Amino acid sequence: MTDRAETEAKVMALIEPFNKKGVEVTEATRFAQDLEWDSLTVLDFVANIEDEFDIIITMNQQAEIETVGQLVDAVGKLRG
Amino acid sequence: MSTSALRPAATEPPEGSSETDLFSKFDALIETREQLLSTGLTDPFGLVMEEVVSPTVAICNGRKTILLGTYNYMGMTFDPDVIAAGKKALDEFGSGTTGSRVLNGTYVGHKAVEDALKDFYAMDHAMVFSTGYQANLGIISTMAGKDDYIILDIDSHASIYDGCALGNAQIVPFRHNDIDALEKRLKRLPPEAGKLVVLEGVYSMLGDIAPLKEMVAVCKAAGAMVLVDEAHSMGFIGEHGRGVAEAQGVIDDVDFIIGTFSKSVGTVGGFCVSNHPKFEILRLVCRPYVFTASLPPSVVATAATSIRKLMHGKAKRDHLWENSKKLHAGLKALGFTLGTDEPQSAIIAVIMPDLERGAAMWEALLHEGLYVNLARPPATPAGMTLLRCSLCAEHSSEQVDEILGMFEAAGRATGCIN
Repeated sequence: MTDRAETEAKVMALIEPFNKKGVEVTEATRFAQDLEWDSLTVLDFVANIEDEFDIIITMNQQAEIETVGQLVDAVGKLRG
Repeated sequence: MSTSALRPAATEPPEGSSETDLFSKFDALIETREQLLSTGLTDPFGLVMEEVVSPTVAICNGRKTILLGTYNYMGMTFDPDVIAAGKKALDEFGSGTTGSRVLNGTYVGHKAVEDALKDFYAMDHAMVFSTGYQANLGIISTMAGKDDYIILDIDSHASIYDGCALGNAQIVPFRHNDIDALEKRLKRLPPEAGKLVVLEGVYSMLGDIAPLKEMVAVCKAAGAMVLVDEAHSMGFIGEHGRGVAEAQGVIDDVDFIIGTFSKSVGTVGGFCVSNHPKFEILRLVCRPYVFTASLPPSVVATAATSIRKLMHGKAKRDHLWENSKKLHAGLKALGFTLGTDEPQSAIIAVIMPDLERGAAMWEALLHEGLYVNLARPPATPAGMTLLRCSLCAEHSSEQVDEILGMFEAAGRATGCIN
């Protein structure tokens, strides 16, 4: 597995417990529109992502992230 | 209330709406309100007080109403000394300053209220803003610059989020009152980066307090500066009424305390106190301080008088605690779900099952002759609808009994309790 594929697999696994509607998740899935997450769900999810990868995703950075693919890219960048 | 977190969905106008303009983004809210009010419900956000009898009683819709949602914790609004000071200043200095604090808007009264704050908090510096909202807006946006980090509790007040939005620092939220989450985030940030941690003593929605002792220690270990908003604890919590940081023994490690005159002090205005040797420079660089008119002379005179009286308010503080404990225990016994297991402040939040029943209960209480705050998302955490009660040191024990009777009657009438 490439680094990106590995990151993506971990991100997908962390999305699952919050995927209450059982939406089929792809890189194009949007957090707000498709998964319909509210701000508290986002906080919990982001905290899990941050803990998993030992990074910080600031609210400034979060505002630029719309899809699962964009999050995977951001995580890759933040891990350096 | 948090605003941005993983880009929110854009609002699209609902189908069938013919006119689209800049107001279209509010259509969903307009519809929710119309639905709620079409049931004949009194607008919970449109109450008018026709007469104010005392800190605890007003006339609303021609009816005598007990006030249990005013933040007038220490009941100073009708204190004779406070009123006299205001009238005297109005006579001697006029109705307003018509100017900024840094130009023609600083009178002796502004210096006097800052002196009163320095004495009250036993701190070196005090800076008075025109509102508490502007105090947070100004200090937060000015202190944290582009490459600095603001680490804040997710349940922070709107004025804290707006201070973040006005500045351009990096914003890192952490889960409400979670010491471990705060520590983890601080440790992940670049060690050399400037860090400002923003906390509140009392969180006003549920009335819970922060574990400041542990949190401030974690912040100091990470080399972060700490700002604590003590808006809802001033005058009441801590030996001298300085707030939760005082009660938990960490006030000396707090870099900035933010407060307001519109709660325990009983008028309007905001402030920041600090011991930092460079603090005074903020008067020149803090835009929400510079680019607005200063408080009217009568307001600063009432505030200074009230603050000095609050220094000797132990008997009132004790009675307020009794009221808080009595209301909390009584509501719990009636079967209501409350925001905290034990009373932690002068705010008792009653959790409603949903907005409809919350609004119905709010109206039933008003008909009984009781005013409380109806709080709803996005002001509330976790999408909750709350009936928020804030007690006053001037509520008599008999009034608290009366209040409990009203909650029982309204709760049964609306099916909120059995």
